[in-house]
Amino acid sequence: MGGLQVPLEHVQVLAALLFSCGLLGLMLRRNIIFMLMSLEVMLNSAALAFVAAGAKWAEADGQVIFLLILSVAAAEISVGLGLVLQIQRRFKTLDMDSANRLRG
Amino acid sequence: MMESLFYIAAVVALSATILALTRANAAHALIYLIVSLLAVAVLFFLLGAPFAAALEILIYAGAIMVLFVFVIMMLNLGEAGEESERKGLHPRNWIIPGIMTALLFMELVYALEQVPALTSGVAVSPKEVGIMLFGPYVLAVELASMLLMAGLVGAYHLGRRFNVRNVGSN
Repeated sequence: MGGLQVPLEHVQVLAALLFSCGLLGLMLRRNIIFMLMSLEVMLNSAALAFVAAGAKWAEADGQVIFLLILSVAAAEISVGLGLVLQIQRRFKTLDMDSANRLRG
Repeated sequence: MMESLFYIAAVVALSATILALTRANAAHALIYLIVSLLAVAVLFFLLGAPFAAALEILIYAGAIMVLFVFVIMMLNLGEAGEESERKGLHPRNWIIPGIMTALLFMELVYALEQVPALTSGVAVSPKEVGIMLFGPYVLAVELASMLLMAGLVGAYHLGRRFNVRNVGSN
């Protein structure tokens, strides 16, 4: 099964679009669950850009970096969801505006 | 024909992501996000990265999304907070972040258009990925294992029940 020949910049523009969506979601949403989902979208779009670049030169490096991004995402989401549980226990809400003891 | 598969999957991925991040209900958003991840897995497969496609489905759409489902079901988040989320999604909140994100996106597109190229159309097999992973990238594998260990310890620590009475005093 061979790959597909598409213009590389189309894949990269798609990755940029997905990244922008994730960034917009991260800035707009106040629910911490949605913020974590936006982070996932952003990491995933970066992984797409790496795999596309790996496909351009027919090298395995892109997929290796994809694996590393995958482990980063898994570690990040396990810690993030632990934080979600703690915030829900303490503040009885997931609205990030309520977690403002540092007065940021 | 194959090219149209690519563009269909791209449209599905983008629209599912936009729908996911504009839902008020967390459970609905999660389902859209899973659709988006599956579409990206199709893109990986079409780009000649079958190993990455399989891992995307197994770990992203499988393991990570199941963690989200667990948390959403555990906290019983279905309807709760949906009203305040709807208020937060009012269009006037979108303008400034939208403009900033659009500007960043335009810059990215401008930079990407300078170097037109085609993808190679050669599939990279899992064997090559494994040889590369445990050859030149073996240090990165060790770092990833340390990161996962740190994530495990962090999740265990944060998942415990702290004594809430002591929180107010310090």
